[in-house]
Amino acid sequence: MDKTKRDLRTAGEEDLDARQERSVQGLTRLVVASLLAVVFVGLALVILALPTEAPGLADQVDAALVDTGVTHPVTAVLLDFRGYDTLLEMVVLLLALAGVWSLAEGSPRTDHRPGVMLDRLTRLYAPLMLMIAGYLLWVGSTAPGGAFQAGAVLGAAGVVLTLTGWRLPRRLAGWPLRLLLVSGVLVFIAAGLVGLGFDRVWLDYPPPWSGALILLIETVASVAIGVTLAALFLGGHPEQTP
Amino acid sequence: MEPSALVRELFAWAHADAAGLMASVLALPVLVPLLGALFAFVMRRWAAAIGLVTLLALLATVLLLIPWLLGAGAQGLAVGGWGAPLGVDLYADGLSLAMLLMTAVVGLGISLYAHSYFRADPIREQAFWPLWLLLLTALNALFLSRDLFNLYVTLEILGLSAVALTALAGGAKALVGAMRYLLVSLLGSLAYLLGIALLYHAYATVDLALLAARIDAAPATWAALALMSAGLILKTALFPLHFWLPPAHASAAAPVSAALSALVIKGSYYLLVRIWLELVQVQSDGVATFLGLLGAGAVLWGSIQALVQTRLKLLIAYSTVAQIGYLFLAFPLAAGTGGLAWSGALYLALSHALAKAAMFLAAGNLLRFGGHDRIADLDRVVQRLPLSMAAFALAGVSIIGLPPSGGFIGKWLLLEAALSTGRWGWGIVIMLGGVLAATYVFKVVGFAFTQAEHPHQAQRVPATMEWVAFALAVAAVLLGFLVAQPLMLLEIGDPFAAHVGGMGP
Amino acid sequence: MTPAIIYALTGLGLFVLGLYALIMRAHLLRKILGFNVMGSGVFLVLAGLGQRTPMGGPDPVPQAMVITGIVVAVAATALALSLMLRVVAATGRARLPDPHHD
Repeated sequence: MDKTKRDLRTAGEEDLDARQERSVQGLTRLVVASLLAVVFVGLALVILALPTEAPGLADQVDAALVDTGVTHPVTAVLLDFRGYDTLLEMVVLLLALAGVWSLAEGSPRTDHRPGVMLDRLTRLYAPLMLMIAGYLLWVGSTAPGGAFQAGAVLGAAGVVLTLTGWRLPRRLAGWPLRLLLVSGVLVFIAAGLVGLGFDRVWLDYPPPWSGALILLIETVASVAIGVTLAALFLGGHPEQTP
Repeated sequence: MEPSALVRELFAWAHADAAGLMASVLALPVLVPLLGALFAFVMRRWAAAIGLVTLLALLATVLLLIPWLLGAGAQGLAVGGWGAPLGVDLYADGLSLAMLLMTAVVGLGISLYAHSYFRADPIREQAFWPLWLLLLTALNALFLSRDLFNLYVTLEILGLSAVALTALAGGAKALVGAMRYLLVSLLGSLAYLLGIALLYHAYATVDLALLAARIDAAPATWAALALMSAGLILKTALFPLHFWLPPAHASAAAPVSAALSALVIKGSYYLLVRIWLELVQVQSDGVATFLGLLGAGAVLWGSIQALVQTRLKLLIAYSTVAQIGYLFLAFPLAAGTGGLAWSGALYLALSHALAKAAMFLAAGNLLRFGGHDRIADLDRVVQRLPLSMAAFALAGVSIIGLPPSGGFIGKWLLLEAALSTGRWGWGIVIMLGGVLAATYVFKVVGFAFTQAEHPHQAQRVPATMEWVAFALAVAAVLLGFLVAQPLMLLEIGDPFAAHVGGMGP
Repeated sequence: MTPAIIYALTGLGLFVLGLYALIMRAHLLRKILGFNVMGSGVFLVLAGLGQRTPMGGPDPVPQAMVITGIVVAVAATALALSLMLRVVAATGRARLPDPHHD
């Protein structure tokens, strides 16, 4: 562990090898920096040439908002108009975890004994964070907030708990945890199937159910996202930890 | 019975007038491997069985799409019911369908191989299947999507799963190769995403079809296309941006190497071709010639590098660098030849997928058999592992472009596009690449007959691993016999036709 | 110069700075940070230019795209950091060897 720490130090890595590299790289640096400056100026001119006013899709989103069952436009875009993107985005998170687990080979970070401050503050903050996550989730349909924000706060709560040495009980760390992790994507896919019975395409929610389905997806998704983020922080698969 | 009627009947149980259900079938090539990945992730012990069943289901799904699209033409699906520009549209024409079919067939082969390959290593096996099924999900989602931002997400799933699979081999070389691959892949994605940001803010849509109608030759368009193309070229490993490919492709586990070379690079290439066909359509201009020159550079440089390698897997990886070059020759050759050059390039992409998968899998067998992949020490594998060596040689026939093989048809179409318009230069590159490929393939085959100086202990290779490599190689050769059917498939929806709109001259 | 343009140009600057770090810095952690700075730059361009609506309100579509992009970047960063730790464990160094000196 000590060796790893030493190798990870960025500032202290000034061995002879690196110094030699530097002198060779002097010219390369200059060339790359000037090339990038040209790229910056070119793209800046492109941005300055854009029209100063552009409606984008704001008006169309507003017009279609009534059919989504939510009143906040960003949530409507995320969960309804471009829900397919959001589904795939949750797949990306899950994929990252599958990748991290495949790399970790059951050697997660060693446990530190939490200090008194961390221990006490966690007892205070963890419930508060759960409450904030719940609020963000609920408010998402009408105001800024939603599954990802709630999931991020939940994930942070999980990280804080993990730092104090808390671990998932062993009997839950196997398939029950993995089922929880995939539940967001699974429920999203399943909710999209409801429309098929009403002669609609996949992910087209029938209007009277739309708001409820979106809330269902968001609730399950925020828990799954929170747990995924905390698991990403933890590193190895909890079932394989010694 | 009409093919589309057959499909409709299959779903008649669900609804009297199941138009929504019917259209949603288009999402199945994404949903089937995605669900498979989720189940394989949760039920680790059953991962391999779930994976194989998923691949069979995926192949069945794609085979189901073929009669439907042949009968009813190209199909679209407005996911979520909104339609562009608010929603995300899926679209399948012959080009998408050919790529889906390639992915399902090669994917099934690789899966069968992986099932044997990882059998002795349950931890790797359990990690492999969810990642591999997500990689297939990403590829299929990419081939079906028409929405440039949605395509960005699929590109990221593709890149991240490919990197994780590369690292799965463990060992310093594979990990370093995977790390470099990850950084390159992320850089490519961000360049692509910045391009999309510019396009959206210039035209208020990221849908390819809508963009094609709205786009004009504004500075934002050129900057966006340059950024997106640069990102995709980096991900496709076109010369001289190929530096990351050989170490990653050569150090991965055999089934992963096969997937990376056969399928993954085709994803970003496909997207580049789509963007070019839909949005650019400025034929025979400097950009097309530039891409063609890079392609020619790749053909020559990749082949020469392949020739000097002493390790079999590195040789095959550099051969991929060279074969990617051919795919880019279509950009200049498309001018004045209609779909001929594109059909050639796509035919080449399909046969390369089969042949290169066969080659990497055969190399995996030799590696397992002898414990090394030094070409000079192959030690009479022709007698000791005849099926794998036959797979390598047959795949080599297609890579070289000898008749009869899929590679021959692809190169022939490209050559015809070059010679019918009197552009001999490109023709010479195509032929020279074939000669160089013949040299490096025969170099390997030659050493397979000779006895090594230091004979070594041989390991048993499971029969499945040998037969899968052989079957894929045979399929690459068979593509040379069935020319009409694949070409007919490619023409559904006329993907190579010059579009109205776009930034035409 | 409107706020939208200022945001977009700042984003562009971050993109180029991050790109420089990604290409030139040898240490993997700095490369990964460079990628994150680049990503933030793209998100700033995407969200910043979305303020050019005639009514003045933000366009929600690029905002949703930015949220998606952030999640993807977080996922990629997590994988990159894990991979970096494995590279350090296997090679003893947090930098990539020259590919031509293998």
